[in-house]
Amino acid sequence: MSFELLGEAILAGVLLGCFYAAVSVGLSVAFGLLDVPQIAHPAFLVLGAYGAYFLGSFGVDPLLAGVLLTPVFFLAGLAVYRFYHAAFESRGTDAGLRGLALFFGIAFIVEVVLILSFGVDQRMVEAAYIGKSVALGVVRIPMRMLVAFLVALVLITGLSLYLSGTFTGRAIKAVAQDQTALALMGADPVRIKQWAFGIATGTCALAGALLIIVAPVEPGLGRLYIGRTFCVAVLAGLGSMPGTLVAGIILGIAESVVLTSLGASWAPAVAFGLLLLVLAVRPAGLFGQR
Amino acid sequence: MTGALLEIDAVSKRFGGFVALSEVSLTVRAGERLGIIGPNGSGKTTLVNCICGSLSCDGGSIGFDGIDVTRLASYRRTRLGIARSFQVPRPFSSMTLAENVEVPLEYVVHRRSLHNADVAAEARSILARMGLADRADALTGSLTQVGLRKLELARAIAARPRLLILDEVMAGLSPVEVDEMLDIILGLSRQGVTVMMIEHIMRAIMRFSERVVCMDAGRVMAEGPPDHIVRDPGVQRIYLGA
Amino acid sequence: MVERFARLAVKRWTGFVVGAIAILVVALILARVVGNEYFFFAGYVVLQFIVLATAWNILGGYAGYVNFGSGAFFAAGAYTAVALIKGFAAPLPVQLVAAAAVTGLMGFAIGAMTLRLRGIFFSIATVAIAVICETVVLNWGFVGGARGATVLQPSTPVFFASYTRMLFVMMALLAVLAVALARFVETSWIGRGLRAIRDNEEAAESVGVPTLKLKLFAATVSGALMGIAGAPFPLYMNFIEPTSAFSLNYAVSALAMPIIGGTASWAGPVIGALLLGSVQQIVTVTLSSELNVLVLGLLLVAFVIAAPEGILGLARRLSGKGGAK
Repeated sequence: MSFELLGEAILAGVLLGCFYAAVSVGLSVAFGLLDVPQIAHPAFLVLGAYGAYFLGSFGVDPLLAGVLLTPVFFLAGLAVYRFYHAAFESRGTDAGLRGLALFFGIAFIVEVVLILSFGVDQRMVEAAYIGKSVALGVVRIPMRMLVAFLVALVLITGLSLYLSGTFTGRAIKAVAQDQTALALMGADPVRIKQWAFGIATGTCALAGALLIIVAPVEPGLGRLYIGRTFCVAVLAGLGSMPGTLVAGIILGIAESVVLTSLGASWAPAVAFGLLLLVLAVRPAGLFGQR
Repeated sequence: MTGALLEIDAVSKRFGGFVALSEVSLTVRAGERLGIIGPNGSGKTTLVNCICGSLSCDGGSIGFDGIDVTRLASYRRTRLGIARSFQVPRPFSSMTLAENVEVPLEYVVHRRSLHNADVAAEARSILARMGLADRADALTGSLTQVGLRKLELARAIAARPRLLILDEVMAGLSPVEVDEMLDIILGLSRQGVTVMMIEHIMRAIMRFSERVVCMDAGRVMAEGPPDHIVRDPGVQRIYLGA
Repeated sequence: MVERFARLAVKRWTGFVVGAIAILVVALILARVVGNEYFFFAGYVVLQFIVLATAWNILGGYAGYVNFGSGAFFAAGAYTAVALIKGFAAPLPVQLVAAAAVTGLMGFAIGAMTLRLRGIFFSIATVAIAVICETVVLNWGFVGGARGATVLQPSTPVFFASYTRMLFVMMALLAVLAVALARFVETSWIGRGLRAIRDNEEAAESVGVPTLKLKLFAATVSGALMGIAGAPFPLYMNFIEPTSAFSLNYAVSALAMPIIGGTASWAGPVIGALLLGSVQQIVTVTLSSELNVLVLGLLLVAFVIAAPEGILGLARRLSGKGGAK
């Protein structure tokens, strides 16, 4: 592969990677920090994408749709966590089986409802920035990728500042490390975790909008993104925000290079392969501690 | 060293940036009654996890009865003769007490034989020694804290260990219950089982140990007979503050 | 020693064997007596789900490791059979053995890669294998690729009025064998070890249970049985193509049927498959297949939350019996 081609692949990979980071950041919180087996995260992403599509049919810009739907998804996240926590006083692997089955069931229901509502065909949105490309020196970049890239950066930076800057944010990071200490400080760990899960689900609205901006969606897309989002969340390590960004970029570049050299049918395998590699070599992830 | 059952040599364990164990060396004689004390976070449970194989150590080696077990899988160490109780009891909650005890009997003692009447009978007799005979067919969910801890002990005993490691097995027990447990454990020691007891309850440590090791911040701070350790200024500083 | 073993085996298995033989005899009689061909089509599907659900439960219910990609194992079994038919005109028994070998190996491989890690990563790997298998098949022209392939049934066997009837009886035999295997694992020392793993894996390891080995065993057996469930599928349908072979319905059913029926024992998947399989056949015909699958998903979530021990557990509680198993 020529240098030029490689360079283009890497650049595309960086943009793609930031997008992957954006769609995975909610999972970094839900699974990385809260240790919830949120297998349904990609399903919520697809739900967000269809939300943008639905509002798009009324002429609403997808990004705006994402922002508008964020509080809805946040509240849904609060409810789901309340449910999850009440139904599973965690003990041992049995709760693990039930937790996994629960989220699998939820993901499945979401997919079927989407099929029933919108059919199995691919859907896409239209916006001013979709379909055009921008010249940056010698390369042409699709404008929608640039938009996704920028929005992703804003989302992750915002979340990162929230987690390190505000009291609730820091409480969320603390609850991941030591629940008892947090309880002794007067904060209710369950409320904090519920709030965090709400945020994690809330990101799926905007990230889902990015999903449909970047490419057309169909109800079964979630399955493909299970590999990608978990790869990024695990590679990042224990809910680290900067880690999520770096991990996303790594995955993006890896996928982009494979896509250019081996073709599209191998691209989905990259995320799963990378995930297995990380788990074998450094399960704590880049920025994690264990 | 003759008579040494367990040899821990410069074992280290790190969690990211946090050093849980820093070059800990310890030798335990066969038949010894060793007590381990130390404040929370001093690395006691981490040490137990490394000895038993739940955690792999980052450096150093662990020898059991002359065999290097440093890289050996946890269940193999149990079959060699190391058994433990967990700080927070971990019962098999879908099984009765008898079934809980039958698992180590089937997997350590009576391997490759059938689940026959001998295993069931032995399980019940072990439960009887712990005073749990009447609950043998009850599920573990019905047990109190004391009962759960006794079950932990019963399960560990069932594996017929040569080295028994007890991680705060008496936490939360009343003085009467503590003495009850202690009698059982002393009985085991008299039968030749080497016992390492990690405890915060000083009465138990004093009554039980021939030798006490005090840990702090991942290191062994002091070592000696119980009455010496208790008077050691370093130990007192750790527990009572500078 | 041997005498004791024999006595114990007889005591435990006599009732089961009698029941199994009775079921097979009934199946044979039905194949002779029932006129409506559709009965055998539907019956085959239900029996197939008994095998699939039983297979899933050996790893999922007994050990607690959740397979989300049962469809891949099922389809892999089916496509192995197709490859053998097209390549060697292999007879059905050979197809079954080959399918079991392929999918058993798949189960072992995934297990070797992920069973040392937390349960969720095994589950994710099963999603990965589903995606990868489907991609492989789509690009494999020999078995028809995306367009699919026709599979002709060999001439009608002597004793049966149609090939489908023979498949029906054969699937009944496979179901009985699969359940017998599950029962054997469950009541043996292996089953107790798996249950210890499910209840508390770290404690199991500390009392001498070789957790990784047992998990690998369960994953291999589970995978192999799923392949066996899928192997006769091409002959049954006379046709195979990826969309139906890899249908998500298999993945969800394989998981939902044991959970709804009850994961603690071999009877649970059977109950779940009988109940849900039959309901599915009715709903798909009268309503739509998407609605059928939605109902399945909703039932799954409802049971996971409200009745985690499944129908078996509910029945036990209602009849007043407490205690283990």
